[in-house]
Amino acid sequence: MKRARVAYAGAIHEATPLQPGDGTAGLELEDGRRLAESQVVWLPPFEVGTIIALGLNYADHAKELAFAAQEEPLIFLKGPGTLQGHRGQTRRPQGVKFMHYECELAVVVGREARRVGRERALEHVAGYCIANDYAIRDYLENWYRPNLRVKNRDGATLLGPWFVDAADVPDPGNLALRTYVNGELKQQGNTRDLIFDISYLIHYLSAFMTLSPGDVILTGTPEGVVNVMPGDEVACEIDGLGRLVNTVVDDAVFGR
Amino acid sequence: MSVNIPMDGHSPMPPNRALIAVDVPPYRLSGSVYGVLANHPSLFAMLGDAAYRPPYNAPPRAPVLYIKPRNTLAGPGDPVAVPADVPELETAASLGILIERAACRVEEAAAIDYVAGFLIVNDVSVPHTTYHRPSIRYKARDGFCPLGPAVVAKPRVASPDAIEIRTYVDGLLVQLQNTREMIRPIARLLQDVTEFMTLNAGDILCLGTAAPAPRVRPGQTVSIEIDGIGTLRNPFVRAES
Repeated sequence: MKRARVAYAGAIHEATPLQPGDGTAGLELEDGRRLAESQVVWLPPFEVGTIIALGLNYADHAKELAFAAQEEPLIFLKGPGTLQGHRGQTRRPQGVKFMHYECELAVVVGREARRVGRERALEHVAGYCIANDYAIRDYLENWYRPNLRVKNRDGATLLGPWFVDAADVPDPGNLALRTYVNGELKQQGNTRDLIFDISYLIHYLSAFMTLSPGDVILTGTPEGVVNVMPGDEVACEIDGLGRLVNTVVDDAVFGR
Repeated sequence: MSVNIPMDGHSPMPPNRALIAVDVPPYRLSGSVYGVLANHPSLFAMLGDAAYRPPYNAPPRAPVLYIKPRNTLAGPGDPVAVPADVPELETAASLGILIERAACRVEEAAAIDYVAGFLIVNDVSVPHTTYHRPSIRYKARDGFCPLGPAVVAKPRVASPDAIEIRTYVDGLLVQLQNTREMIRPIARLLQDVTEFMTLNAGDILCLGTAAPAPRVRPGQTVSIEIDGIGTLRNPFVRAES
């Protein structure tokens, strides 16, 4: 089942797609109202707890950024202020040289996980969604990389459109990811190429931190990140999860 | 098997208990706690030329923040577990700034208007020597961020930018610092952080701490005193294996 959280006509609602497998055909609120995708404000599709993000978890992307193989997952945390839903706007500050999207499989924890073995790790997964985790490389400094000024900017992390139950994703280790910029395919990958897979990540993390329902793991992005400019429409797709679209905007939209 | 996640409401705090006493309602913690690296010159004194060599190449220009996630949050008196494979932990005392309302792109001159009050934060870490890309294993373990003992409302803290922070281990004074030593005072830090990320009501931003942080072994108790704020006391215990 796919579920969204949307705002419509003065309230927040749970919504489901009108046609299974195609979120863009419209949606139905829990109270029966049927609406077009553009009629609602899309929120992150679940209540988000700790946001755990992987750097360089695809071999090709690591190579693209000239990184050597790692001994343990490269993980950083993000705060809730950076979140947005489907169809949101992400600001590109004037004068920056390299701002890029990152299409990622987001794994949502559904059951508390503490010291979980790999073989049972997926039992703690409630479901999945698409994430687009923007970065502005101009702000990268070499202290606590990647610093929050690069990765935790307001509106720089999109989740959605749908939260998809784990039962509807039989093989999360074999999902194709694609990113289109203004309709042109720019990024492609498959979760089978994850350096550290979902089971391992839950095992690894739960060894030292308790994972709780709503915590989300952004599993990293494959190669194919390119610079995006104000006005660009960025669409991230993952097999079976839908299509997460947003727009890059300039400072003027934010009164800067 | 059935798993459920909450779809509405907002309760990022660990359930079933109040984390700390809050002395003036209606303050409520959001559960987001942001630490700040290198806001005290002692880190650069400690690193010396190394701050200018790889992997750092130069001291940071913007504030360097990190997140203490919700699993790390703990209250006064809660035991801090020292993992079985390390002899001791670092205990970094900081003034915690509790945000009153959404602070986005605030000016230094008005920044204090966005502060609800103050509390003590004990930012616990597994000792590590790198500041480049440290593993979150060092800082994000369960219970590694005791807070408290209560939020003291801003009007009751006369000079938060000139306030002494004392750390005691088993009653022995092991570190003395003063918020006036910080590279970015409270208002400047709020200005520089909110330039790129909004802080929301209930968020806690740590002001920073002197380096090196004191070490503490299992069986010892850490007390952090900040004048006018109170004392945050937590025993450190050996983790069950």
